[in-house]
Amino acid sequence: MYLHEYQSKQYFARFGIQTPPGKIAETEQEAFNAAAEFGVPVVVNAQALDHQRVFRLASTPDQARAIAADILAMTISGVRVGTVLIEPAVAVSAEYFLGIYGDRGSSWLMIASPEGGRDIIEIEREHPQTLCRETIKPFLGVLEFQARNLASGLNLPREQWNAFTQIAQNLYRCAVACDAIRAEINPLSFTANGDLIALGGKLVIDDNALFRQTELASIRDVKAEPQSVVAARAAGISYVHLSGTIGCVVSGAGLGMATLDMLARHNAAGSSLLDLGGDIQRDKISAALRLILPEAQSVLFNIFADKTSCIEVARELLAAFSTIQAALPLVIRLAGRDAEAGRAALEAANLPLLSTAATTYEAVEAVSKGGGHVDFSG
Amino acid sequence: MSILVDEKTQVIVQGITGREGSFHTAQMIAYGTQVVGGVTPGKGGEWSNGKPVFDTVASALDATGANTSIIYVNAPYATDAIYEAIDAEIPLIVCVTEGIPLVDMLKVYAYLRQNHVSRLIGPNCPGVLTPGQSKVGIIPGFIAQRGDVGVVSRSGSLTYDVVYRMTQVGIGQSSIVGIGGDPIIGTSFVDVLEMFEDDPETNRVVLIGEIGGRAEIDAANFIRARMTKPVFACIVGTSAPEHTRMGHAGAIVVEHETSAALKIEALRGAGVIVADDPDELVDLLQ
Repeated sequence: MYLHEYQSKQYFARFGIQTPPGKIAETEQEAFNAAAEFGVPVVVNAQALDHQRVFRLASTPDQARAIAADILAMTISGVRVGTVLIEPAVAVSAEYFLGIYGDRGSSWLMIASPEGGRDIIEIEREHPQTLCRETIKPFLGVLEFQARNLASGLNLPREQWNAFTQIAQNLYRCAVACDAIRAEINPLSFTANGDLIALGGKLVIDDNALFRQTELASIRDVKAEPQSVVAARAAGISYVHLSGTIGCVVSGAGLGMATLDMLARHNAAGSSLLDLGGDIQRDKISAALRLILPEAQSVLFNIFADKTSCIEVARELLAAFSTIQAALPLVIRLAGRDAEAGRAALEAANLPLLSTAATTYEAVEAVSKGGGHVDFSG
Repeated sequence: MSILVDEKTQVIVQGITGREGSFHTAQMIAYGTQVVGGVTPGKGGEWSNGKPVFDTVASALDATGANTSIIYVNAPYATDAIYEAIDAEIPLIVCVTEGIPLVDMLKVYAYLRQNHVSRLIGPNCPGVLTPGQSKVGIIPGFIAQRGDVGVVSRSGSLTYDVVYRMTQVGIGQSSIVGIGGDPIIGTSFVDVLEMFEDDPETNRVVLIGEIGGRAEIDAANFIRARMTKPVFACIVGTSAPEHTRMGHAGAIVVEHETSAALKIEALRGAGVIVADDPDELVDLLQ
């Protein structure tokens, strides 16, 4: 789960990391008021989930109002910007990057770079030699020498090392306490007054931990998420939006990726990938179809029935289809127990645009040709 | 032989009285697995699926002499169940549970490294199956058949698909190991490859990998240095857009060096026969 920048910085502040004072505005008038209250210049910063920072400097409250109006009319990653963050502008002499990640290997990974203000992916690609890394042990946390290693790697003045160590340790404490899989201060800025301050930041919360992070779960901004993502989550479906034309519904993430790869080799592409997991039942299938239909020209089901038989799966599929009004080609690959009987049950339903397949290859072949063996004679 | 589990494996089920635990215990017993008991705190003294239930792992081990634990405990309580099994020094722990928070698994992983008795498989994995002998987890029994090909995979759904097709064309398996799709797992590809290399009943190995992480690169390095048996592989996610999460918490392309293309290159460089897709993988085995 992504947090907005202003939300992330509120959590940083709770853990003792200095952040600028800020106010959020949902209208241009609120932006004007905040700018007048703080005194200009102010930074007007678009709040969009999972996106690089978009901000502009305003030197009068009227300009803050105009910039806010522009930004609040913007669409970022397909979603209308609903909120801007207004903060007094801070004079800075250097900008750093500091992030901590729940690492795939075995421990936490803390990364610092003097190329602050850029996305970590961009720094890795364009300035990999500037990255300083420290492995953080879960039972020890950030040790002082590790923070000093990073500080000296950043060429931070020695008189700032203690302040930097505090920030690194606080960021780790914040990440663990919030169940963040990713916590970034970017930029971590060195101000004209000689302070280190978190001007920007990002927290990504582990979805698996939301059962215990009730406060974080409650501040999720669903208005800033694509509607399809919200609907998929409510239906318990794992959903990935893609750029092609074929809606893919699968019974497992690995099977889904294999299906997309095979489509790509047939010069076709998925419009979205929906993973139902092992529970192939009618309500979930209906929900998946409702998510898919607005963006797909055809639909591919790739299901391996491991818990129940394919006859049962066919029954659930047909029950779901009866609730949906749509006319587009539908190819269903059923494998697992009683696969032949399951496919026969689907074919016996005589749905004009439906065809079945025994293997992923057959299904992909059929759907990438624009649908199955559609029988126009009847 | 085979690896990890066989007809002598004695299993306790942590979470035996839960919905999932009870269902899969019945399936394991039906397959022939020696389930000797279960653990549900607060239900000690009861019976479930015809097996005695204990309050603690320690008392279950005392009474049954089990050497393996399978965990079907819900995510909020699963790491406590893993720690309890580690402290009881059970040689093999298989954790099927999905959705365990990363912060918790990072600690479990560090703790496991200090304890040299237990091996953890998973979490978020389908478990281990040795055809005709023992099933510890949720791999459907009907897909497998005794043979000499060892199978190791990060993805449950692909394991089922590939193994069932192998069986249908007459290629049996020595053991099937689903190591799990999470970012932090107890047992890696390399660990399982080493076991298959040392297992006299395994003559060939199938490895099913995916985007994200470095596990397949580590596997390639191990294969190049140590494996004498032929390895067949398939890496899915070649078409995934960069930085997209594809369903598993694990399958995300974060860094360039871990893209599917580079993994395939590393495996080919180590002499592995890499198929374009899971269907072709089975064709290549024939």
